[in-house]
Amino acid sequence: MTTKPVDTTRRPGISMEAAVQRRARLAEELRTAKMVRKLVTPEGAAIRLKLANASERAGALMIDIAIQWAIVIATLLGLSFISGALNPGSSNIAFAFWLVFFFFVRNFYYIFFEIGQRAATPGKRILGLRVASRDGGRLTANSVLARNFIRELEIGLPFQFILMGGDGFGAWMALLGLVWSGVFLLFPIFNKDKMRVGDLIAGTWVIKAPKAKLMDDITSAAARPQAASRYVFTQAQTEAYGIHELHVLEDVLRQSTQEIKRQVAARIRAKIGWAPIDGETDLSFLEAYYAALRRRLEQRMLLGERKADKFDVR
Amino acid sequence: MSDLLKSYRFREERQADWQKLDLILTKAENGGVQRLSDEQMLALPRLYRQAVSSLSVARSISLDQNVINYLESLCTRAYFFVYGARTTLGERMMAFLRKDWHEAVSQSVWTTLLAALFFFGGWVLAFFLCLQDMDWFWTFHGHNFFDGRNPDASVDYLRSTIYNDPNSNGEGELAAFSSFLFNNNAQIALFAFALGFAFGIPTAWLLVYNGVMIGSMYAVFWDKGLGFEFTGWLMIHGVTELFAIVLAGAAGFVIGGAVAFPGGRTRLASARAAGQRAATIAMGCVVMLVIAAILEGFGRQLINSDGVRYGIAAGTLVFWLVYFYVPRKAAAP
Repeated sequence: MTTKPVDTTRRPGISMEAAVQRRARLAEELRTAKMVRKLVTPEGAAIRLKLANASERAGALMIDIAIQWAIVIATLLGLSFISGALNPGSSNIAFAFWLVFFFFVRNFYYIFFEIGQRAATPGKRILGLRVASRDGGRLTANSVLARNFIRELEIGLPFQFILMGGDGFGAWMALLGLVWSGVFLLFPIFNKDKMRVGDLIAGTWVIKAPKAKLMDDITSAAARPQAASRYVFTQAQTEAYGIHELHVLEDVLRQSTQEIKRQVAARIRAKIGWAPIDGETDLSFLEAYYAALRRRLEQRMLLGERKADKFDVR
Repeated sequence: MSDLLKSYRFREERQADWQKLDLILTKAENGGVQRLSDEQMLALPRLYRQAVSSLSVARSISLDQNVINYLESLCTRAYFFVYGARTTLGERMMAFLRKDWHEAVSQSVWTTLLAALFFFGGWVLAFFLCLQDMDWFWTFHGHNFFDGRNPDASVDYLRSTIYNDPNSNGEGELAAFSSFLFNNNAQIALFAFALGFAFGIPTAWLLVYNGVMIGSMYAVFWDKGLGFEFTGWLMIHGVTELFAIVLAGAAGFVIGGAVAFPGGRTRLASARAAGQRAATIAMGCVVMLVIAAILEGFGRQLINSDGVRYGIAAGTLVFWLVYFYVPRKAAAP
């Protein structure tokens, strides 16, 4: 039987504040789980794909539009400079060239990048997104063409209605058109797969594919002989927290400031009733406790018991 | 001396291979498959399978978030690489020209005819309306028509717009104008495709509108007895250009039809199947409009003989019809 360590100064059970926090956390987890799609590879392993949300998509689009404008304006300036230097009469030819170039930048910028190996425009790359086929198969060139030619409907059309403007009846028609075309622009917000109209037509979706870095295992530091022998936790002490707290502790150890580490260490010491030993630092204590907690939780996981968080008393 | 965690030992034993896979993927993503050595290409499938199995084991034995996130990301990247397309851009272009394009067009005969009906319907309507009463021209074009090619223009002026004066030095201007027209037409073509999603109704309107614009212009020249000459002027590149516009409309109708009437399939599956075909047609329209712009920019300015103009127009028409609609022998398996 496991015994739950009870802080004698407070009443047992879940406090109101903790219950609210926990419910909020579970709701958040549910929401992120809704954005995950399972892809079973031909090897039979499941890969979890996380869909990009609408704000990330919009951000990537903004970056791409900025890059497109930069290219177009730089080319215009460059061409006018060159044609001015060579022959004042050749500006028409230069303008003709630029117009065609403008068309291709406007329509083929996205296609050029998405047809490549990374299936992402520079904007998407910066935000760690990529285009993928919805059925898990390969992304065909036709899909890339289809999803990008549709942009004309989603961005070009609302823009045209804005430019239309006018007065009286014309303005009302333009407004009506803007609302109508806004349906296409805002389409990704209203479906669970966050698909644009172009994605729908092409059979694609946009997923998160960030590059993760493999960092050192925290327990490798705690396993050093001089550290391991000094900290000995009782079983009750390693039962105080669950997997959620372990992951929070991992984040604290990997990326937080000295001050936060100090506060977290103080809270854990109080919770498990730890008496500081000689030469103990916050960092070494946290690392050792992380290792002990993870060992205990992994053991229990192998036996089929996932202790989700500290309120999970199994 | 304490024993190490099982999950830590598991990771220690395999992380060298994970990192090897990571390196190969990074290299391939940055510089293409060609940069990989034979050794790396051979190692890739093994490393990939190992990473995938590591991931499923790690999910059940490890609580190290970093390891699981890393493996998830690694396996996702590797999956897309291993099962991704391996063709180069050149190969894709060849496949497009040799097979995809004409197949997509010849599978869409009915929507092409429908698009042609709307376009030429608008044309014929505007033509006859204008011939009966030239005021219609002003209704269609508005009074601020800067071009000068309107019912009030003289026959000589209209004739001068059809034939190019070899002594004039306006070539730069003409090049600018034809690239402006290309830009405009190609954008309209893509627009007609995209608007197809709204059940094809805006596409139909766009086709009729463009037909009306040309038909009313045609009436002006016809009225002044320049019908034959204007046809030559228009059709030397117009066969290709108008064909492209009609096909773009057809691509829009393919999508609109699939979204409105999915038949036995789900709306998503139907839209998807149609989208691939329609996008191929739309891409082809851009190619056709480039060719039309070249014919317009060079051919029309340099060739002033009606006979040669008609010859080229007929030649391009035969070429496109043969290319699109003559059935090919199935490639040997």
